Amino acid sequence: MIINHPLLGPRDSAEFVYLGTANLMDRPDPDTATPEDWHDYAYLRDNPAGPHRELWFHEGGDRSILIVTRDTTTHEISSVELARNSGAQA
Amino acid sequence: MRYSGFKVIKEALTGHKGWLPAWRDPEPKAHYDIVIIGGGGHGLATAHYLASVYGQHRVAVIEKGWIGGGNVGRNTTIIRSNYLLDGNEPFYEFSLKLWEGLEQDLNYNAMVSQRGIMNLIHSDAQRDAFVRRGNAMILNGADAELLSEAQIRQEYPFLNFDDARFPIKGGLAQRRGGTVRHDAVAWGYARAADSRGVDIIQNCEVTGFRVENGKCLGVETSRGFIGAGRVGCAVAGNSSRLMAKAGMRLPIESHVLQAFVSEGLKPVLPGVITFGAGHFYVSQSDKGGLVFGGDIDGYNSYAQRGNLPVVEDVCEGGMAIMPMIGRARLLRMWGGIMDMSMDGSPIIDRTHIDGLYFNGGWCYGGFKATPASGYAFAHLLARDEPHETATAYRFDRFRTGHMIDEKGMGNQPNLH
Repeated sequence: MIINHPLLGPRDSAEFVYLGTANLMDRPDPDTATPEDWHDYAYLRDNPAGPHRELWFHEGGDRSILIVTRDTTTHEISSVELARNSGAQA
Repeated sequence: MRYSGFKVIKEALTGHKGWLPAWRDPEPKAHYDIVIIGGGGHGLATAHYLASVYGQHRVAVIEKGWIGGGNVGRNTTIIRSNYLLDGNEPFYEFSLKLWEGLEQDLNYNAMVSQRGIMNLIHSDAQRDAFVRRGNAMILNGADAELLSEAQIRQEYPFLNFDDARFPIKGGLAQRRGGTVRHDAVAWGYARAADSRGVDIIQNCEVTGFRVENGKCLGVETSRGFIGAGRVGCAVAGNSSRLMAKAGMRLPIESHVLQAFVSEGLKPVLPGVITFGAGHFYVSQSDKGGLVFGGDIDGYNSYAQRGNLPVVEDVCEGGMAIMPMIGRARLLRMWGGIMDMSMDGSPIIDRTHIDGLYFNGGWCYGGFKATPASGYAFAHLLARDEPHETATAYRFDRFRTGHMIDEKGMGNQPNLH
């Protein structure tokens, strides 16, 4: 797979480390979250067959984290953006 | 019809006119006591043990394609019980014991070959870990044998012992491990279950569950509604997609695992070898092909094909321990979809819906587990309580902190 990095252009996916679903950026609020919220966040996954928003860490490159939208049935990538531009709270 | 040497000779002399289909092709009935979704190894084994051990005969196996068309026909055919943790080892040893009696039980030649499996050791730390694992295996009634470099040189003289980066320093052998003809496992279980009255219904896709007042009454399928007293799901690879129809989110990601086979060669590799410094495992099929594989690709996938970086990684692993493999030409490569669970171990459990049961999360260790998985799932479906070897495979272990994490990787499915 080739991931079209927003800053660096087309890069081999082997340069990246896969970090899982982009939903992991929506971490429960530690002040209000229940144990059940943490269980669901840490362990349950939508695991869709089709478009999937997911995190790829460019470990062998500029060490940015990308949000890649990729179809899990074809591996086709439809969009790539920098996670830090997504507006999510780290 | 019972298969035997006498039957083969008789048929040879009478023009092979007496062979019958190995299983029927029945129309689905309106209602069964137990419906199993998924006609793979685990689903068919479940049906067999339901009928043969638990006295359940009003049973159907529903398969969206053809039986044995999924992962039971895509794996690298290895059987073993070399696990460390208490939640796993008794289960896998139970499975290996079932493999040892499988062909007599099924009256079917599954080519179970206990040619032994050897995990190579490349460092002192790894030897310590393997000694510990070997002791855990022996404590659970399995066999394990620590071998020195000299002993391995006698058995496998062609390995790359003196490699500068990953020298071979020893090995942990399980002599009772080996390989099985994987398609024959599906066919053998199907034939045995069918002979006891189980309906195997192919080309029948489940489109939904009928749930009323928290109880599962049956399944909606592409061939109409089929009522059921209990429904068992055994569709590893597609578990999340199926259970989403029942409103469930699972502690599972689907990942693609690739496997490879070389052109047919004369016998060169007597047993199963695994590389300890990377991830590579290889055996030689009875047709002569070297059958091998390595890591999963590492990203969510439902495409039954992988990508080139893992192909390179697997081939590098092969070259590192067995340089002569570089002279063999690759014949085929393929991919299968794994249920990768959050701790690397499977789930055989009830769900929150009464009458709906789940079997999945096999990561890429499902083939060796086929007999015990079927047995334990049959026990759960028939008695509504877990089999004694599968009590740890609960859904709620992630909630209660009782993970079974052999590799200590935490909730990152692509690292198990």
